Amino acid sequence: MQPPDDPLAPPSGVFAEPWQATVLAMATALIRQGHFTQIDWAHALGAKLAEADKMGAPDTEDTYYNAALTALEQLIGQAGIPPADQATRKAAWEDAYRRTPHGAPVVLE
Amino acid sequence: MSSHDAKKLGQLHRDLHTHMPSDPALRVKALESLAVEKGLVAQDTIDTWVEMYRDRVGPMRGAQVVARAWTDDAFRTRLLNDAGQAIKDFGFEGHASEHLKAVENTPGTHNLVVCTLCSCYPFSVLGMSPAWYRSAAYRARVVKDPRAVLAEFGLTLPDTVKIRVWDSTAELRYLVVPERPAGTQGWSEDRLTEIVTRDAMIGTDRDLKIT
Repeated sequence: MQPPDDPLAPPSGVFAEPWQATVLAMATALIRQGHFTQIDWAHALGAKLAEADKMGAPDTEDTYYNAALTALEQLIGQAGIPPADQATRKAAWEDAYRRTPHGAPVVLE
Repeated sequence: MSSHDAKKLGQLHRDLHTHMPSDPALRVKALESLAVEKGLVAQDTIDTWVEMYRDRVGPMRGAQVVARAWTDDAFRTRLLNDAGQAIKDFGFEGHASEHLKAVENTPGTHNLVVCTLCSCYPFSVLGMSPAWYRSAAYRARVVKDPRAVLAEFGLTLPDTVKIRVWDSTAELRYLVVPERPAGTQGWSEDRLTEIVTRDAMIGTDRDLKIT
């Protein structure tokens, strides 16, 4: 919880990993499109953070973004993409990465 | 070597060479590709947001708003009455800042912002929130013992200064307007913008340094 050295520095390294930015971008976009509300998002995220805290997860960015991702999966599930479809698609991406030679673009079949 | 072993080895070899993304990265790829395919959201919208908040939007925006409030009384009044409207002068509206309240520090009052539930924050004026703002420790402790938390940020307030803690919600976010430091009379808005820190606009910093 330490303040950074230069609070007005350009926002470089804002996200440790690209997927973290995508989670927040998707949540914002889905709220804008009316698939769920700002309040739904705050409550879902708050619940996942509380859950992580209760389970003794470390107070880190990793824990925060994992909670955000789990909240997003839940709300997208309610918006019409059920968990089973999400899991199937994740497996398809895994397969795509496995069969794609290094350096080539990874695409779904 | 059995054909089974050869197959396993081949698989292992491919895994090592494909730079398999992490589990959360794959879950996000799944969500993103499905949501775009089903028309829930446009790929462009996601990419634009990421580019904006990764590279461009930062606390300098909020600093510009504060500097204007210091130099333009009419703007200050509008900002304190309805910050969501006032920031439209700069085109900073949107992204969770539609309902924004500006709270002004005075010699006897210090304002401090938190989101105890999750991480609600006025992204469009302050950029991405700092990691500590999202931490469980900050969210849990600020309301209970704001003075101790501020002390950890290097800010020790005398008992004569009253602390007001504002708990952000999905519907209302806050921007602290710090006091204008003495010795800045006649400074331009641009010059004033440079001395306003992000932490001062959250409330974990108070006395701005003249540079």
